Amino acid sequence: MSSTTMSESVRAGRPFHVRAWPVAIGVLRFAGVVITTFLGLLAVTFFIGRVIPVDPVLAVLGDRAPASAIERTREAMGLNLPIYQQFFIYVRQALAGDFGTSVLTTHPVMSDIARVFPATIELATLGTLIGTSLGIPLGVLAAVKRGTLLDQLVRIIGLIGYSVPIFWLGLLALLVFYAKLGWVAYPGRIGIAFEYSFTPITGLYLIDALWQGEWEVAVDVFRHIILPAALLGYFSMAYISRMTRSFMLNELGQEYIVAARAKGLSEARIIWFHALRNAAVPLVTVIALSYATLLEGSVLTETVFSWPGLGLYITNSLQNADMNAVLGGTIIIGSTFIGINLLSDLLYRTLDPRTRA
Amino acid sequence: MIMQRLPFLSALAVGTALSVLMAAGTPAMAKTPADTLVEGFAIDDIISMDPAESFELTAGEVIGNIYSQLVRLDLSDTSKVVGDLAASWTVSDDGLTYTFKLKPGLTFASGNPITAEDFAWSFERMVKLDKSPAFLLNQFGLTGDNVTEKVKALDPSTLTMTVDQPYAPSFVLNVMAASPISAIDKKLVLPHVKAIPVDATNKYDNDFGNGWLKTNFAGSGPFKLREWRANEAVVLERNDRFYGDKAKLLRVVYRHMKESAGQRLALEAGDIDVARNLEPGDLAAVARKEGLNVTSAAKGTVYYISFNQKNPNLAKPEVREALKYLINYDAIGATLIKGIGEIHQTFLPKGQLGALDVNPYKLDVAKAKELLAKAGLTDGFSVTMDVRNTQPVTGIAEAFQQTASQAGIKISILPGDGKQTLTKYRARNHDIYIGQWGSDYWDPNSNAETFTANPNNADDATFKTLAWRNAWDVPDLTAKTKAALLEKDGAKRAAIYQELQQAVLDSSPFALIFQQTEVAGLRGNVNGFKLGPTFDTNFVAPVSKN
Repeated sequence: MSSTTMSESVRAGRPFHVRAWPVAIGVLRFAGVVITTFLGLLAVTFFIGRVIPVDPVLAVLGDRAPASAIERTREAMGLNLPIYQQFFIYVRQALAGDFGTSVLTTHPVMSDIARVFPATIELATLGTLIGTSLGIPLGVLAAVKRGTLLDQLVRIIGLIGYSVPIFWLGLLALLVFYAKLGWVAYPGRIGIAFEYSFTPITGLYLIDALWQGEWEVAVDVFRHIILPAALLGYFSMAYISRMTRSFMLNELGQEYIVAARAKGLSEARIIWFHALRNAAVPLVTVIALSYATLLEGSVLTETVFSWPGLGLYITNSLQNADMNAVLGGTIIIGSTFIGINLLSDLLYRTLDPRTRA
Repeated sequence: MIMQRLPFLSALAVGTALSVLMAAGTPAMAKTPADTLVEGFAIDDIISMDPAESFELTAGEVIGNIYSQLVRLDLSDTSKVVGDLAASWTVSDDGLTYTFKLKPGLTFASGNPITAEDFAWSFERMVKLDKSPAFLLNQFGLTGDNVTEKVKALDPSTLTMTVDQPYAPSFVLNVMAASPISAIDKKLVLPHVKAIPVDATNKYDNDFGNGWLKTNFAGSGPFKLREWRANEAVVLERNDRFYGDKAKLLRVVYRHMKESAGQRLALEAGDIDVARNLEPGDLAAVARKEGLNVTSAAKGTVYYISFNQKNPNLAKPEVREALKYLINYDAIGATLIKGIGEIHQTFLPKGQLGALDVNPYKLDVAKAKELLAKAGLTDGFSVTMDVRNTQPVTGIAEAFQQTASQAGIKISILPGDGKQTLTKYRARNHDIYIGQWGSDYWDPNSNAETFTANPNNADDATFKTLAWRNAWDVPDLTAKTKAALLEKDGAKRAAIYQELQQAVLDSSPFALIFQQTEVAGLRGNVNGFKLGPTFDTNFVAPVSKN
């Protein structure tokens, strides 16, 4: 209905400002959400940083510093100021784009993130690709074969993905595919033999190696990434297949499916071109959410596989009360979340004509 | 219907394709290069590569391999030191002035000559930067105001240092062997020195090159620092200008790996040559496996449980003694610390001057109950215990909780991250704490000072030792600890430390449990890898690979 109204208004040639208002309000609302989210992020990170019972001075000086040095550093870091002043300084610096220097790595936080984030993006992207390419067909299959042994099998695969700790599954996978079968490589992103001869460009090693025509490096990088990515992909698949199944069941019960069958369309055409096309609309959000979760939530996978990514970086920084690094990391994650949400929103609008108004 | 089967078939096809791709790479390709030693090592405690700043165990090991000192521990008898860059040294009759003569023709990795002036500046920057290791020199009376007067280069090969009291020469020399007191290439660092404004927190107008040296290198050890990427890797390369025996391998890579199980798998597969953080189960598996070896060395780190004297129950002498009888040392030794430690109930680690090797306490619930009754606590009491969530301390705490409950003492364990529990401990807000103490330098004073000295037990004291953290007010022992520092006669000095250890055994709020044994798993083709008595003596220069 709404899309008809919109096109009618366009055809009617209403003045521009009448149409511009809703757009402007939409943009303003979006900007409002972004700003509020960022301020919320800043406040939450700051106060969590102050609530956790860890002395930030320990991060700067290490565990064995004498008391005099501790006091001096506390003053230098402004930790003796009243908490509202500390918060004000924190927000002012963050708004100026100054995330400072990480005390742990001694590098500017942004250059640290530029180094570790591509590792996580590469891992999460491959994980999502694996999860999606397996999860959707499995979910469709489970919906079509509802109640059969196959459906149960998909359910069990999904259940394992939900309930088994990734840490344990990671070690088990290492034992089988790395230690016993020798199919994959470990630890880290690249073999020691190439680490000092290969120069990455984008930080996405797989793409960089292929781009430079370094086939041996590409194979080595692939052998490093495939196991952690497959593991993340498995968890993503568990989620996507369950959601696909439920969306598909919903679609298959719709009247237009009955109508399509009555028209004599083949079952395959009905499933893949009609039902899945409509189920794809909410699936976009599911996949985007799953991707965002992998981007920030692969800490344990990164630990098990010694993968130098963002999750590991933020966890280490948080444990060491390295607040500059935690803030920078949080802002990046927050921006990525907002970005992915925006993207899925746009895709949603493209796929679902009803939302275009 | 054919289309319906496709998803399953395509999944199968994708799976097969992945398997083929994975199998395509030859596993041998990932093995470590013949000229490189790769160690799997948890290196997330490193905060800096500047010797005057870093004092963490892992960084200490790296600095020990890339920098040189005036003197070093004699690895064949660790109660003595031998010359490193110093050819000889003398102590003046009044015991206050030390004169070091440097060996001739020494150079830094940069090619610059090593002179006494480099040492004088290294001492000056260490004291003036006032980072964690500065206390090593502060304890000789060296301060920012007097260091340029007290430490001087008489000529390019002669350095003198004047201390404020006639300390035992063994104490001064043992401290000088610590890795932070390294020769730093002044000529190389000077262009990187940054000016900073003088204010309340900065007493001096420059950073003495600290900003640059955090991630760079200006030393003269058998290896050079090529790169340190925090939480990722430390890469060393052979220093071909090294004055002593050249390193056998071209490169050493310390690769950050946190997990014992992961290290074991990578060691078995040959992707690392040395695994440095193996837990007892993995260590036993490595020891059994053909083609792999294990090595170990007793380290200067002791583990203890301490009782805060601010808690009225724990302050009773009978309770302190009873608690020492409620630890099942035998069971802990046989299981929880098997291979990674040895039961050791005195505060000086074996191998240090005056170390007492006696273990009088055993689990004795009846005796503990008797002591508790004497303290008027027949029914026991409740108390909390702060425990880092790592092994073996968690296991030991749980074992202690179980045995203590047999005498009616209910311990509730408060698990926390290392820095959380330490923050609470430093503020004296704990009841019971389980911790470790590694000697800051290889001299009995390091441990004696922390376990038996507490010059001011007030909350705002500036000298915060372990005795202070547990509010143990002991003026007599504090005085005795100080006297031991000035005792020139080695045998008499050792005797004082033995008395101090006995006092801690009998009446202190410290139950010493074990001395750490450092272990490493090695590939069969690794030769000459030997762990030293301290973390900064884990040298990699003699290591070679077949």
